[in-house]
Amino acid sequence: MAYSEKLIDHYENPRNIGSLDKNAEDVGTGLVGAPACGDVMKLQIKVGPDGLIEDAKFKTFGCGSAIASSSLVTEWVKGKTVDEAETIKNTDIARHLALPPVKIHCSVLAEDAIKAAIADYRAKAKKEEPKEAAE
Amino acid sequence: MTAITQIRRNDQPIYLDYQATTPMDPRVLEVMMPYFTHKFGNPGSRSHAYGWEAEEAVEKARGQIAKLIGADEKEVIYTSGATESNNLAIRGVAEFYKDRKNHIITTVTEHKCVLDTCRHLEQQGFEVTYLPVQQNGLLDLDVLRAAITDKTVLVSVMAVNNEIGVIQPLAEIGKICREHKVFFHTDAAQAAGKIPLDVEAMNIDLMSISGHKIYGPKGIGALYVRRKPRVRLVAMIYGGGQERGFRSGTLPTPLCVGLGEACEIATKEMGAEAKRLAKLQERMLKGLRAKLTDIVVNGDLEQRIPGNLNISFAYVEGESLMMGIKNLSVSSGSACTSASLEPSYVLRALGVEEEMAHTSLRIGLGRFTTEHEVDTAVDELVRHVTKLRAMSPLWEMAQEGIDLKSIEWAAH
Repeated sequence: MAYSEKLIDHYENPRNIGSLDKNAEDVGTGLVGAPACGDVMKLQIKVGPDGLIEDAKFKTFGCGSAIASSSLVTEWVKGKTVDEAETIKNTDIARHLALPPVKIHCSVLAEDAIKAAIADYRAKAKKEEPKEAAE
Repeated sequence: MTAITQIRRNDQPIYLDYQATTPMDPRVLEVMMPYFTHKFGNPGSRSHAYGWEAEEAVEKARGQIAKLIGADEKEVIYTSGATESNNLAIRGVAEFYKDRKNHIITTVTEHKCVLDTCRHLEQQGFEVTYLPVQQNGLLDLDVLRAAITDKTVLVSVMAVNNEIGVIQPLAEIGKICREHKVFFHTDAAQAAGKIPLDVEAMNIDLMSISGHKIYGPKGIGALYVRRKPRVRLVAMIYGGGQERGFRSGTLPTPLCVGLGEACEIATKEMGAEAKRLAKLQERMLKGLRAKLTDIVVNGDLEQRIPGNLNISFAYVEGESLMMGIKNLSVSSGSACTSASLEPSYVLRALGVEEEMAHTSLRIGLGRFTTEHEVDTAVDELVRHVTKLRAMSPLWEMAQEGIDLKSIEWAAH
């Protein structure tokens, strides 16, 4: 299978590998996929006081396309607001990396991973609000 | 031993996929060459020297093939390869004896060409039993015994598995089949020339052989068909009645000669080659285990050809690993490269869990594999497995002591 240069670059030099403190209030964690299906993505975002995503990290178990898709989205979400990040579509990821048809599911998983990370961040933020009000 | 130590050019990746195909031995090519050029006669031409010369060559080669498996040369017919041999053996026997018996027994880990042939026969009304294998990949003989009925015409069990290299207990299977008066066919594509085979001692009635798995040419194979007691077949290809009527079509003299020579070399060198490969296999496994934890060899390690290793590198997906080890040509049990995202059915049949099946590689060693290549392969594998584990969320969780089975994964 011939992969695009961009995909190979992300596979060979993945950006933002690592983990953030999943218990921190300003960190949202998304864990999607399943080992039995051959791909699992963990994507984390750290949201600054200004509402912008200031850091993003990933770890992926999966094929080269899955690794590249998750690496790419960590680059894309940085500097965006949570709402903006939520608009990233799997088709944008697939187009950017020129994913072959059998690998489209990797981009779907990456989109799911951002959405899951954002949902986790929002759930934490909601829990925080009543506390702040009480003070 | 062979004087040839390297067959690959330095700019080519290291070839570690000997179960997919083997390079042709240069000695094989040498004996084939004249039959492409001035010795071009049709072995079926009885009226002139060109034909006689070609006939003599294909008959000599037939003898060389027969010798490798302890058969008589009259019992060997040429085919286009093991796929055709398997088709002819199974369909040929099933259709010839269908008025008396209609039951075939095989195993779930057979090559696709056996399984697909059996599926076809099922559609024609035959009954097929697909026996499971044990966790080590080997057939349980009691399970085989229990499956045989008075309607069973044929048992087809591969000699050596193409993915995991395990050797089935052929002599024991042959004995059981003979006791029950059931024909025994074995797909020996991965076994011929690698392990000693004897159709008499093992009570084998039909055996499929492939040229390109034993350093011979592609496009040629053979089927051994026992004469005493006689096995009868319905032919699949009609025509001039070549090959005792079992397989019409002009014989490809250069390919036949090549297969013969490949068998001749294997007969002479098999013992020494197996010893050398066993050392390389051990060297590779030791090298990997010295630097990596959580690696599992799939399939029995003892009842196995020395030229195969099928290894699961836990927490690292096989295809991503293959993408990293660019300098090594191996194959993946994750099968993610194909359109289906299913992991290998052979590994699944051993009870290897899907997540482990996704992390497996098949590494094939062979005649031209060197120690240096093995060492390079170990280094590359260690480097990339380590790199990919560092970015694997599963590895991270395992290191934290989280039981991956305790997590509710959202399957997709």
